[in-house]
Amino acid sequence: MSTNGSSLLSIRDLKVHFDLGGGGPIDKLFGTNPVRRVVKAVDGVSLDIYERETLGLVGESGCGKSTLGRAILRLTEPTDGQVFYRDRDLAHLSQRQLREQRRHLQIIFQDPYASLNPRMTVGQIVGEPLETYRLARGREAEQRVQELLETVGLSKRFIKRYPHEFSGGQRQRIGIARALAVDPDFIVADEPISALDVSIQAQIMNLLDKLRREKNLTYLFISHDLRAIRHVSDRVAVMYLGKLVEIADAKTIYHEPLMPYTKALISAVPVPDPQVEATRQRIMLEGDVPSPINPPSGCRFHTRCPYAIDACKEVVPQLVEIKPAHFAACIRISPAQPHIETVAPGAAPGLED
Amino acid sequence: MTGTDGNLLEVKNLRTYFETEDGTVKAVDGISFQLKRGETLGIVGESGSGKSVTNLSIIRLIPEPPGKIVAGEVIFNGNDLLLLPNEAIRKIRGRRIAMIFQDPMTSLNPFMKISKQLMEMTQLHLGHTKAQARDHAIRMLETVGIPDARTRADNYPHEFSGGMRQRVMIAMVLSCEPELLIADEPTTALDVTIQAQILELIKKLKSETGTSVILITHDLGVVAGMTDHVIVMYAGKIFEQARTAELFSLPGNPYTKGLLRSVPDPTAEQGKLYQIPGLPPDVAHLRPGCPFAPRCDRVEEICRREFPPFVQLNADHYSLCHFAREVYSESGGTPL
Repeated sequence: MSTNGSSLLSIRDLKVHFDLGGGGPIDKLFGTNPVRRVVKAVDGVSLDIYERETLGLVGESGCGKSTLGRAILRLTEPTDGQVFYRDRDLAHLSQRQLREQRRHLQIIFQDPYASLNPRMTVGQIVGEPLETYRLARGREAEQRVQELLETVGLSKRFIKRYPHEFSGGQRQRIGIARALAVDPDFIVADEPISALDVSIQAQIMNLLDKLRREKNLTYLFISHDLRAIRHVSDRVAVMYLGKLVEIADAKTIYHEPLMPYTKALISAVPVPDPQVEATRQRIMLEGDVPSPINPPSGCRFHTRCPYAIDACKEVVPQLVEIKPAHFAACIRISPAQPHIETVAPGAAPGLED
Repeated sequence: MTGTDGNLLEVKNLRTYFETEDGTVKAVDGISFQLKRGETLGIVGESGSGKSVTNLSIIRLIPEPPGKIVAGEVIFNGNDLLLLPNEAIRKIRGRRIAMIFQDPMTSLNPFMKISKQLMEMTQLHLGHTKAQARDHAIRMLETVGIPDARTRADNYPHEFSGGMRQRVMIAMVLSCEPELLIADEPTTALDVTIQAQILELIKKLKSETGTSVILITHDLGVVAGMTDHVIVMYAGKIFEQARTAELFSLPGNPYTKGLLRSVPDPTAEQGKLYQIPGLPPDVAHLRPGCPFAPRCDRVEEICRREFPPFVQLNADHYSLCHFAREVYSESGGTPL
């Protein structure tokens, strides 16, 4: 993908590997961990996030989606690759330079119970970033905190209360107010609604959408919930075992997915309509997601893919623009033959160029 | 709502209260429903609605104190489970009524081989010998789709993935061929592709064995695909109950309607999502009137003052609302 003029963030070949050790002389001597084990949580991801868009990042547990979100902000250190933001490579900034940039890049976490300091009042939690970045102090800071609470739909009377006095949805609002305090450009929302009740999920999705329009925000919305992703996102990126396997706009991903994995993922989503549920055909995937330690060779999905051929075990598929603005990583399709169901058995049009 | 023909389970006016420092929490407050043989009942609700407490009450697993079943009957095959001595209920639990929970890891013993845990079930309940029990255990693991079951049987729970653990749990609970399976959020902790596998497995086993199922979930999509009847709970009460197809097409309660509208429909165009305002109520401090009134978009003065009636809308369709008939008509239904 070429760098687009309106990209806010450009991620290039980003890798996050976790070394679990093993393979050293002592390990070999005792035979405990004879092979070095490395979790390739994010393994060569390139992606542009455009200004003012919501990019949905979807995948199953262990696919590396949260690690990718954290690595962009360097809450987890990348092993390799670049993250360009306003012509600076965040992945290679010093800690001091990074701190200045982080003001513009914030995160909202999944668990509203674990991400707020229980000993701080709501006022202190939301006001802390203002102090850290010396944006406001005293009366002015207090005023700003009140405004922020109102922006996220909380009463300013709550300012002296502690997190335990709030419900999950309200805590998530506090987390959002904290992220907004420094007027960021970009927010990683890491499973922001997964821990909430259905009626509260809708409230938080609508709040995030309202804030994006009012404050010109850009989101990376990470979720395993395809219905939520489809609803909030402009474009959707699908991740499997550390790699991006498909990117397209949200409607296209849902209605015309190209990758066999995306097709299976979408067909697995239960639809709240008994008539639809009674008639539709599910693509059932065999087995579980393989371990990200020593993932399968070639295309990482080949062990579960109903369309896999021998070449899939060897060739690592690249993200290719199969249709305009629709990228997929699968050797069994190509721009000339985009629909895998109609490709001749055993053929790999993606390899023929 | 009379007649016991074909009913495996009949719950009548069940009330389970918890004494807390905050006062009495009426977690389940006057619940009645029936379950026919071979049918699947879905119970939907948000956290604190009482859906799990209802089912723990049925199998008498309410921690006492602080909890107490203060009233009601649970008629299972003609016997009131609430009147049985502890010894008798223990023989029913696991043997005739089985349960699976959200997190299979906390329901399996981490120090025991899978085979041993499965064998225990049939040795205890069916009087199997060790050899019979082992054969049976391996056959069950094969049934639920554990590859290479003979070897895998001697693994410990931590050696299985989440989806595989839930399969093991299902193998375990079905090994005594229970008449009723209670599944409390069985797929909530699983990924969607694994969720699809597990739901398909439950469906298949149900059609093969004729087991009745109570499926507790917050996911309306799961309910739509799996159940014959649905109960919607809120603040310890049944707000609506109906056949599944009818509930989704002709909801007769504003809360159900709100819930259905607040789930994003992936097949429709994006737009602002309908949202139910406010928060679920604090069940320890319910005000008089309808518990949903503070969040309801068609609330009227009577709703804040008087507790709503449980209105029959159709043969199998009831709704707890002062305006149930109106809501049902707006959905396109013709009330009785």
